[in-house]
Order: sequence, then structure tokens, then C-alpha cells
Amino acid sequence: MSDRVSPLAEVHAAAGAQFTDFAGWQMPVRYSSDLAEHKAVREAAGIFDLSHMGEIVLVGDEAGAALDYAVSGRMSALQPGQAKYTLLLNADGGVIDDLIVYRTGDDRFLVVANAANADVVADTLRERASGFATQVFDESADVALIAVQGPRALEIVLATEGFAIEGGHPDGEDVPAALGGLRYYRALAGMFRERPLLFARTGYTGEDGFELFCAPDFARELWEALVEAGTPFGLLPAGLAARDTLRLEAGMPLYGHELGAGILPAQAGLGRVVDLGKEGDFVGRAASEQGPGADARVLVGLAGDGRRAARADYAVFTADGDTEIGVVTSGALSPTLGHPIALAYLDPAYREPGTRLTIDVRGTKLPYTVTDVPFYKRKKS
Amino acid sequence: MAAPENLKYTEEHEWVLVDGDVATVGITDYAQAALGDVVFVDLPAEGTAVAAASVVGEIESTKSVGELFAPIDGEVVEANQAVVDSPDLVNSDPYGAGWLIKVRFTELPALLDAAAYDELTSK
Repeated sequence: MSDRVSPLAEVHAAAGAQFTDFAGWQMPVRYSSDLAEHKAVREAAGIFDLSHMGEIVLVGDEAGAALDYAVSGRMSALQPGQAKYTLLLNADGGVIDDLIVYRTGDDRFLVVANAANADVVADTLRERASGFATQVFDESADVALIAVQGPRALEIVLATEGFAIEGGHPDGEDVPAALGGLRYYRALAGMFRERPLLFARTGYTGEDGFELFCAPDFARELWEALVEAGTPFGLLPAGLAARDTLRLEAGMPLYGHELGAGILPAQAGLGRVVDLGKEGDFVGRAASEQGPGADARVLVGLAGDGRRAARADYAVFTADGDTEIGVVTSGALSPTLGHPIALAYLDPAYREPGTRLTIDVRGTKLPYTVTDVPFYKRKKS
Repeated sequence: MAAPENLKYTEEHEWVLVDGDVATVGITDYAQAALGDVVFVDLPAEGTAVAAASVVGEIESTKSVGELFAPIDGEVVEANQAVVDSPDLVNSDPYGAGWLIKVRFTELPALLDAAAYDELTSK
């Protein structure tokens, strides 16, 4: 696969970004320091380029019904402007991808997929929507996505010149009230210097913030305006390395680590995302109703002492180190907490918080304790 | 940053400063930048016998784990406690305060000079 580049690649290079291959895209892994970027998001704000993510649009009278059949949740129940986290399941109930679905109009939905799965999600939705009065458009190449995340995100967006609300005041006088009042998992159509964009109050960092969907041709202008307005607030451009430690601290699953085709949502603690109460069939319903076996491994949070982190694929053992009971899916030294944290699939007999166990960290079995997830929770303002 | 002229280098992105029969070893600027913020360093104890190309320590960043290879056969005469206490020295001063170990050796293997190392990392 050839390397795909974001419309913001030149801005990142100018800001000193180091790039990494991510799902066939060349994306910034860090600009200066992962730790500084992570801290900026927790204490002020960070700006992320997420243009690699997939955007698939469904339009039609039966778009909601098609999604109700295609994904695990009841998307037809969303009001325009509402968003929901949901799962695309296979017939065996395993996870093809995790998605955020925004209802952007009466007959219109925006589905945001992981970059690595954008093609398969578009194909799967197209196939599953074929019996419904709806059209499916893969807009991934025509949509840029910029996230501003952190406790100062709202102030930064409001300090940025040029925003307006669709159908609102052309000078943007109503923007502070509209964006200040926009609740978590809600979205609002707007304008940036007379070009359309979508303001969404969503994110993947455990902080308040916005995700801004726009056309690639003015993504750079938008990015630069946000950086200019945000720098006095402590805004830093942040890369994929910080994004990964932020989402891990917030206990958010990552496809390919905590989620995959062989994992049922209930094992990942996402049983609530599968709506067995909704009318009609949906792909994965029968398998979801049956659920995983009583001895199926479950996702838990683990905390360790010291500074040595367990990482993906390391084996988990009992406290005495004799019996293998699971495997780590993500792990890092938590920049905010200062100790190692990990997510792991374990034999359910060991799932209770407080349970002591060990992880084989490159030949040494280090003690870890099962702990509640999320590891980090922001203080509500 | 160009590799300093006074050092020798390995293909594992380590530098070696030879002074008599003692070699000071660290990782290069290129290596620290690729790792990202270093948060943990595990070094061999003083007196440990090491063999060239064997793994003798670890350098962990938030994202990944780098291995420290012994560039030469010999015995560890000092490990840098300052780096164990403040792993970020590896990022901020890789060729200076961020040095890792000192090894007493009897024979020096073939190592890269600065120009050859710069060529290796510019590919």
C-alpha cells in the first residue's frame, strides 16, 4: 500500500513532527516530546490531526433502519445532532470495528471508522444497507478531521476567528452560546470563514474537547487558526504517541488491541453497546444473545509499581508466577499517574479489583494488581 | 544533529568514546529521537562481564523498548546512576550527561566513524 498523506502533512513537517506509518498513512507520532504533548492535553489542550480516520455517510429515508441492521446499537433513535459510540459486528458477534455515528440530519448519518478499517467498514455498510432505501458514500478521502482536546479546548475554539453556526449569525455572535452549550456526544453544523464544517463534542483522550470535520482544502487554514488562537492557552500539536497514552489512561479500547474479530463486546466490557432490545434483526444478534462462555477471558485494568511497563502481548500469570492466566493488550508507564498501567484479557476468575498477579516483562515477573478502569478520570468542572 | 567527530558508532545506534582501555557507551541522537521520551533505563551492574552484540540493558520510552547492546567484549566498570534517576538525560544530552555505561576492554572491534554513521542514518 502506498503511503497516504494528510492534507496537513506540510504543517506537521514545519512543526518538527516525526512521522510514523499508521494504517498506510504517514502521520505525526510526536512533534517534540510525547510527555509534554500528553501533559498539555491533560492540563491545557492539544491539537491532533485525525485526517486518516474513515468517514462514511449514509443518506436516505431508511438510513437509520439500515444502520440499525448493520451495527450493534439503535441509530434510528438518535435525534439530529446526537452521536453514539457503536460496534460493527460480524455474524459471530466479533468486532469488525468500533465507530462513532453522528446523526447529521433527518435522513443523514456520518459514520467515523478507524483508519485501518475504513475500507472494510465502507464495504460492509454498503453490503448491509443494500436492501434499504439508502445510499452509502465513502467520504474518507474528502474529509479532514482536526481534534482540539483538553480542559481549555472550548476557550481555544471560541478564541479562533472565523467560526459561525449554520443558519446562525453570520458574524458568529451566537457561537459562544452554541458551542458552550453543546453537550458531550452532540454535533452541530457550522462554518469556518464561509465554508461548512461539523463541530462535534467528542474525543478519545478522556478530556473535554471538539472534533472538527472539514474539507481538506481549508484544513490547513483551520489548523493554523486554531494553533494561533490556542498557543497562549498552552495548546500543543500532539501526535499518535500521546494519543495512545491518553486513551489508555482513559480506559478507551483500541481496535487491534482490545477489540478484534475474535472478541465479543461483552468480553471487552462493551455489552451495553449491543442493544438486544431493539426491534428487528441485526448482524451478530444471535451470537450476542448467546454471549461469550462463562470461562471466556475478560478485559481488566492492571496497575503496577515501579516504572517498568508491561506492553501488548506480554503474558499474565498468577501471583505465584506458576499459571498463565491472560495476556496484555496495551500497556505503558502512565504519564499522568507515574506508574505502569495496562489493559489485559484475563481468565474471569481473576477479574476482581485488588487481585494480585504478575506479568512477564521481558523475562522478569513483575507484580501487578487488578484495578478499576478508567485509570484516569478528569475532574468535572 | 550530525554525529560528533570524536566518537565511534555501531549499527545499533550506539556511540563509543574510547579513553585508554575504557569505552564509554551511549545511544545516539538519532536513536533517542526514534525512541521518544525515555522513562526508564535498566543498566548492568558494575563488574558484569559483557560480550559484544549481547543485550545488556534496556531503554524504555512511553512508546517502545530499546535494547542496549554491548558494543565490545569487556567488563562494566561504571553504570550511569544519573541516567537511572533521570532517564530524560538520554533525550536531552545523549552524547554527554546521557551516557549509559563504561566498559573496560582488551580489544576494540571495527566501529563506524561519524561520516559512516551519518550515512547510515540518512538513508
